[in-house]
Amino acid sequence: MDVILEILKENARTPNEQIAKRLGRTPEEVERQIAQLEKERVILGYQAIVHPEKCEDNLVTGIIEVKIAPQRGSGFDSIAQRIYKFPEVKLCYLLSGAYDLLVIVEGHSLKEVAAFVSERLSTLEHVSGTATHFILKKYKDFGVIMQDVETQERLPVIP
Amino acid sequence: MSTPSVCPVPSTPRRKLNETLMALPSSAIREFFDLVTASDDIISLGVGEPDFVTPWAVREYAIFTLERGSTTYTSNRGLLELRQEIARYLDERFGLSYSPQTDILVTVGVSQGLDIAMRTLLNPGDEVIYFEPCYVAYAPMIALAGGVPVRVDVRYEDGFRINFDTVEAAITPRTRAILVNYPNNPTGATFTAEECQRFAALAEKYDLTIVSDEVYAELTYDQPHFPMPAQPGAYERTVLLSGFSKAFAMTGWRMGYVAGPPDIISAMTKVFQYSMLSAPIMSQYAACEALRRRHQDVPGMIESYNQRRRYIVEGLREAGLDCHMPEGAFYAFPNVKKFGLSSREFCLRLLKEEKVAIVPGGGFGAIGEGYARCCYAISIAQIEQAVEKIARFVKRL
Repeated sequence: MDVILEILKENARTPNEQIAKRLGRTPEEVERQIAQLEKERVILGYQAIVHPEKCEDNLVTGIIEVKIAPQRGSGFDSIAQRIYKFPEVKLCYLLSGAYDLLVIVEGHSLKEVAAFVSERLSTLEHVSGTATHFILKKYKDFGVIMQDVETQERLPVIP
Repeated sequence: MSTPSVCPVPSTPRRKLNETLMALPSSAIREFFDLVTASDDIISLGVGEPDFVTPWAVREYAIFTLERGSTTYTSNRGLLELRQEIARYLDERFGLSYSPQTDILVTVGVSQGLDIAMRTLLNPGDEVIYFEPCYVAYAPMIALAGGVPVRVDVRYEDGFRINFDTVEAAITPRTRAILVNYPNNPTGATFTAEECQRFAALAEKYDLTIVSDEVYAELTYDQPHFPMPAQPGAYERTVLLSGFSKAFAMTGWRMGYVAGPPDIISAMTKVFQYSMLSAPIMSQYAACEALRRRHQDVPGMIESYNQRRRYIVEGLREAGLDCHMPEGAFYAFPNVKKFGLSSREFCLRLLKEEKVAIVPGGGFGAIGEGYARCCYAISIAQIEQAVEKIARFVKRL
């Protein structure tokens, strides 16, 4: 993976000048490379990682296991597409194992998410079953631990 | 008739402590340390250890070994399992062939490896050539082992490269060993393959032992690391010192090792046996896991140091400091002479006025005067703040 991607995956707000210095390139080169990565859709977007309990949006997250009957010709893809096009769906993966799709849905209340599952998801043709789990607490998201866990005990001067 | 009992007048004991020890200067860095510790909210570039916490998988494995009850002494030489891992690592990573049974001793940090190497190699009055600026313990360790430290200076003007004519001129009939450290703390310089070969040739010509502190070997950025024992004729004459503190982010575990010819390792084990018995078993198991996981954990840390290295040097240069690009370790050693202050004064004022701690170069030997060590094993954000503050500070000078 391009090392620029590694830096941006760690902190998407890293200024181009800083990336340039860290990699021994010019800021113009870095800007060009990032533009190219965006154009090729290697970089799909930039988002903030927000502490769910501190942002006061009171969003409820449901994780839904979806069993589907694959269709001749398009397999799981066409049914997955019908699901992921709903804006409520934040994540949609095809999985191996006991169920087929893992879908993450966000809503403003339990009721809203439950309604989405019962009315929109489970009623879709070829969906043969769903199981919904609600997130109670996030300990770690996108590789970031929510609590400050590591203590810093380094001495300030060491020979 | 009884005589009244008299309380004896208390007298001050006339202690006679070890003369060699008393003659050693106390570390110049100590005074600076006390000042820094007394200040709040400082950005410290004075550290000498990674800012990474030991990878969780390594910590978790150590917890597991404690839970299962591994709390005993180990073999004097260290767990065979660890010596096997070290041998495999040295072979795969550096092409060095050492027998886990006879050629490796696990020590409590590289510092202890250095101590027992000196105690093993030296007879009273034997000379050891070492290079300044250097890690603060070198000359004291040689002296405490009864040896005579013979200093050879390495200069900024030479890009901190070794002048081999000076080295050869320093060799006398009493010279027993040459102590080297590369990549170097504090200069960040390392040796080229040719330089290593020249050391090996000198050792052969004058029948010397090379004690090679290569604890920063993994942290080499622009060229590969050339291990001393791999040089022609050097294997039989080299005591390799290394450890887990730097590349594996394990300073507090105190894990080091020595690899060398079996006769030297056997003699060193004798010193170790009487002075330490064995290294802590928990740390030894953690080190085993660190070696098994090195492909997952180490490359990311090295890449991160490499980026910070370029970032800090660029920043220091923009601030107006002259600075060589360090080739290894995690220190920059900029020249502060042109500001007309001693390095101690420069660092004290920077600490007081801008709350940035860097270490006066004089603490690493007289030739280090006029320089300051800046450790870049801190976050990019901290480096950014620190160089801004340094720039502001030097503008006022």
